[in-house]
Amino acid sequence: MGRVTPLLETRDLVVGHGRTTLLGGIELTLLPGRVLCLLGPNGVGKTTLFRTLLGLTPALAGTIRLGGQPLAGMSRAEIARHLAHVPQAMHSPFAYTALDIVLMGAASRLGAFARPGATETAGAMAALGQLGIADLAGRDVSRLSGGQRQLVLIARALAQGAAAILMDEPTASLDFVNRRVVDRATRALAEAGIGVILSTHDPDQAAALGDEALLLGRAGVVAAGPVATALTTATLSALYGTEVQGSAGADGRQHFY
Amino acid sequence: MPRPSRPCWVSERGLLALLVAGLIAALLAGAAIGPYPLALGRILALLAGDPSVAQEVTVLFNIRLPRVLAAALVGAALAAAGAAYQSAFRNPLVSPDILGVSAGTGFGAVLGILLGMPVVVIQLMGFGMGLATVALVLLLTLALRGGGQVLVMVLCGIAIGALAGAGISLVKLLADPDNQLPAITFWLMGSLAGAKRGDVLATLPVMLVGLAPLIALRWRIGLLSMGDETARTLGVEAGRLRLLVIACATLVTAAAVALAGVIGWIGLMVPHMTRMLTGPRFDRLLPATLLIGAGFMVLVDTAARSIALMEVPLGILTAVTGAPVFVWLLARGARPWAE
Repeated sequence: MGRVTPLLETRDLVVGHGRTTLLGGIELTLLPGRVLCLLGPNGVGKTTLFRTLLGLTPALAGTIRLGGQPLAGMSRAEIARHLAHVPQAMHSPFAYTALDIVLMGAASRLGAFARPGATETAGAMAALGQLGIADLAGRDVSRLSGGQRQLVLIARALAQGAAAILMDEPTASLDFVNRRVVDRATRALAEAGIGVILSTHDPDQAAALGDEALLLGRAGVVAAGPVATALTTATLSALYGTEVQGSAGADGRQHFY
Repeated sequence: MPRPSRPCWVSERGLLALLVAGLIAALLAGAAIGPYPLALGRILALLAGDPSVAQEVTVLFNIRLPRVLAAALVGAALAAAGAAYQSAFRNPLVSPDILGVSAGTGFGAVLGILLGMPVVVIQLMGFGMGLATVALVLLLTLALRGGGQVLVMVLCGIAIGALAGAGISLVKLLADPDNQLPAITFWLMGSLAGAKRGDVLATLPVMLVGLAPLIALRWRIGLLSMGDETARTLGVEAGRLRLLVIACATLVTAAAVALAGVIGWIGLMVPHMTRMLTGPRFDRLLPATLLIGAGFMVLVDTAARSIALMEVPLGILTAVTGAPVFVWLLARGARPWAE
């Protein structure tokens, strides 16, 4: 059986700022069609890990490979063609339309002097359509709901054409209904073959969405592997330093409290 | 089909064609109006090479055309630089002098007036001092290890700009109150009264060098308005691109201020007015705001030299004519920024 090249792979990765080490010994493997959930208390270094994977902060040690190539030495555009980022929120002083935002996903594939044309517009509309929000294309994003804005950002990541997507707490500020919408969209991406790394504060979300989980505590990696083995009452209790209980729901997925 | 992503009733190309036509009309009006009026037919004949009336040839080619073209260049440069700065700094309240370029250029020029230099030297001193001011701001930002931080850069610009402002005040205090001080004051309020053909020919290449990269890279520059981190994850070298935008916008602003003095309002407000027509996308905004800035400046300068016996400073007229239009646009509910 031929080994699939992981979309993203880290070996012995150490992340931090300057001389401050936040997390060490991180071994990540993201395969196509999989959702990998990152769990950990605030301040443990999840955001720094994301920034390191995106090449925004240098790794303190270890290697990162995107599609088999070492991240070190890749240009911004090359990184963007492999790995897209969905930030927690969108900040712009200007009233862009949803289509304008999604078109920005084409930047890494366009020449420096090019503007998006009919091809890019069709791609952006397809991405909006895939998330079921094609009707929002002409709307001012600053007037959309939080969930709709998050879907626009996911559509931009799709339009970027990267095989892997990082989502930084995509549902942290959303209400119940919008959370479900974004969760379904995330699952649909995986079913379409995209690899997703998603950070969350909610073990239930990780259990419901994730194929794999990585639990990051203050002392380093607490547990890693398939959700069924990495995400248990024992590992969560160790991660958060408080006793966590769980039960299997009707869907066979774990619920924690 | 997707809905058009701009609040506009004509296509992008249609709008640009309209604005080009408007600019040409403004240039012709500016060339026609003055103490020696030229009929439209005569202007076209003269442009076609009719040398029959020597006085008309002199008026058009040595006085009117240099002046209207200088006005167009200054307006285009200030509006384009303002729009570029607003995107690069992600702030709709930013004008091209945020990093101290106007204050620096002003200081260099008034120093030249104080020292009794010829006009050419005054302009060169202004231009050089404007560029030096922004270079100092960028070096200071680097020295403070604020490399990627827009806020550090803007604060350094405010600090250095304040120093240049203090220099201007000192020069005013030292100036001869009978003839130097009025010249300084008039220059600081903006005027094209001294614009000669040579000035236009010297300024044009500088403007082209500064504007060409902004126009060529305009879609990418728009991505900077999403923030550095987002721009970088989208595949754009945000830090480098912003430096290039600052360099280009500073170059054209310094050239404009050296030619025409300090003219406020255009760099801040013309991009806003244009966004109401084009929407916020920088690639659509830039060509349109450049044309509107040019046309507006030509009309304002034509008014400045014809509504009274003495020339009215441009800075006064741009505000007096621009502010009501802007408030009227606001009242119509056009708000092209996020709320």
